[in-house]
Amino acid sequence: MMDNLYMPYLMRIERITYEAPGVKTFMLKFVNEADEDKFSYKAGQFGEYSVYGVGESTFCIASPPTRKGYIECTFRQTGKVTNALSGCEEGSIIGFRGPYGNVFPIEEWKGKSLLFIAGGIALPPMRCVIWNALDLRENFKDVTIIYGARTVKDLVYKDELKDWELRKDVKLITTVDPGGESPDWKGEIGFVPTIVEKIAPSSKDTIAIVCGPPVMIKYTFPVLAKLGFTDENIYTTLENRMKCGFGKCGRCNVGKVYVCKDGPVFTVAQLKELPDEY
Amino acid sequence: MNIDKRLVRKDSLEKLFDILKQNSKKIYAPVTKNGKTTFRDTASFSLVSTGYIQTTESSKDISFPRTEKLLDYSKNKEGMSVKGIDLKDIPEVILWGIRPCDAIGIGELGSIFNWDYKDEIYNNRSSKVTVFGFSCNKSDEYCFCTSVGGNPGNTEGSDILFTRMGEDGDYIAEILTEKGQAVAEIASGIFERLETADKEKFLADVPVKFNHNEISEKLDKFFESKEWVDQSLRCLGCGACAYVCPTCACFDIEDEAHGKNGSRVRCWDSCGFSHFTVHTSGHNPRDVQSARWRQRIMHKFSYMPERLSVYGCTGCGRCSRACPVDMNILEHLISIQEVTV
Repeated sequence: MMDNLYMPYLMRIERITYEAPGVKTFMLKFVNEADEDKFSYKAGQFGEYSVYGVGESTFCIASPPTRKGYIECTFRQTGKVTNALSGCEEGSIIGFRGPYGNVFPIEEWKGKSLLFIAGGIALPPMRCVIWNALDLRENFKDVTIIYGARTVKDLVYKDELKDWELRKDVKLITTVDPGGESPDWKGEIGFVPTIVEKIAPSSKDTIAIVCGPPVMIKYTFPVLAKLGFTDENIYTTLENRMKCGFGKCGRCNVGKVYVCKDGPVFTVAQLKELPDEY
Repeated sequence: MNIDKRLVRKDSLEKLFDILKQNSKKIYAPVTKNGKTTFRDTASFSLVSTGYIQTTESSKDISFPRTEKLLDYSKNKEGMSVKGIDLKDIPEVILWGIRPCDAIGIGELGSIFNWDYKDEIYNNRSSKVTVFGFSCNKSDEYCFCTSVGGNPGNTEGSDILFTRMGEDGDYIAEILTEKGQAVAEIASGIFERLETADKEKFLADVPVKFNHNEISEKLDKFFESKEWVDQSLRCLGCGACAYVCPTCACFDIEDEAHGKNGSRVRCWDSCGFSHFTVHTSGHNPRDVQSARWRQRIMHKFSYMPERLSVYGCTGCGRCSRACPVDMNILEHLISIQEVTV
């Protein structure tokens, strides 16, 4: 491992969960125990997942570091590698190298309220932080999650959404785009920024963590600003194309920043320093 | 170590080559074939080119091959076995005849491969190269090493630097490192005592064309300039500039499958290619060629100096010589210096 940065850990797919059309979650366990012992990560970090013979693909680690012995990733079947991953069965061996990148500064958020805002397939990078915070629930004041998808079908982690809905210490608001609702839908209908404006969560002592497609992000930031959130208190995670994951291959370079090394976690204040190349 | 200056007679160069070959050294030297001069594993001194101003391609593929295996895998009944490349298999190499602008590029490339994460595959290859630099007696209109902190007789990056004393003269050999000394000891009779020598008067005259510190400072506020569009209107996005560049390090990682077995390889890539940054969704952060041209210049003259404390350009001029639509980096840098923001 030491002398070859590109050598992945071998991981066995322990469990596959169907999340939404084209979206699956893999629970991965280390094939070699020694690898597991030396592996550690923090919320916000990512890795390179690979199907041997097809290639590598970049996703966040979607499970929280507070749960030991496994990692999870959630991906949408879109390109070459995610198609191959999607064809894998429980018990298959895939590659994983990481963790890479910076982290959400959860320790610094102690004593504050947390507002999570996610859209579509962008809940996975946030789920790691949500569970990390919920596993240390006493460290935080209010926890609010606003999650939207195009249609009811497209909502991921449906079982966990039910859990969060039932918990008294979590306020969950789910929404789907107009036209995306089912006859029995009881959540909100509307785009995420509109719903954030409607719910109008307090910015007092609150950290906002926002993750979603570019258009959702673009319209959510101004709403948060109106609600009194400062640029330093809004966090997001970028997902640029990457190959190496550690600042060499050149793909994720945005201005003087490398998303893989300096990110993927940025505050809005930091994003405003960057050219619009992400 | 103290620089040891020696005399190598012009007729001794071939002897040096032969002695090193007899000591089973692998020598990569410039060889001209089909109008292109490139570094090849060379068996005989008679094949070695002389008189070139600059080789067509840089020597970077000795330590950063254009396609390089990272690991092998094989699928079997028990599951999967994966084996990284064996660094012990990487051979010792003498790199013969590189110009000072390539030699200085070795350090610039190395700074990318060692930014926090140490790329031991690169480092291992690089550490097994002994560099025989050859100073420049001639230059052409594409050369601008002196504008980016180099010079035609720069010793940086070489283990031994040879400077020819005149068109048909003998050589001053500066033994610069322990690695160079170790090779020189194999052929100690070749490196004769040298009374006095001033290499400066034998070097090419490469006038300074711009101030690289000023360019870097200016680029800080130059991102939105329309100059990028003007300069790159004719850019084809072919990536030739990156392939001939001694310091371009961008790469791709791909799998090559052969039935149940296969390898993961990395291969050269270029920020000039339209697909370089495109997301699976189709979103492309650098969606026009001017943004990609800007990235090339910004990375070399602004981002690398700030993040790695080195320039990503050695002034070798290869990108301008190779460009099929005659984009000239020197002219473009001068116009960046001259244009008002």
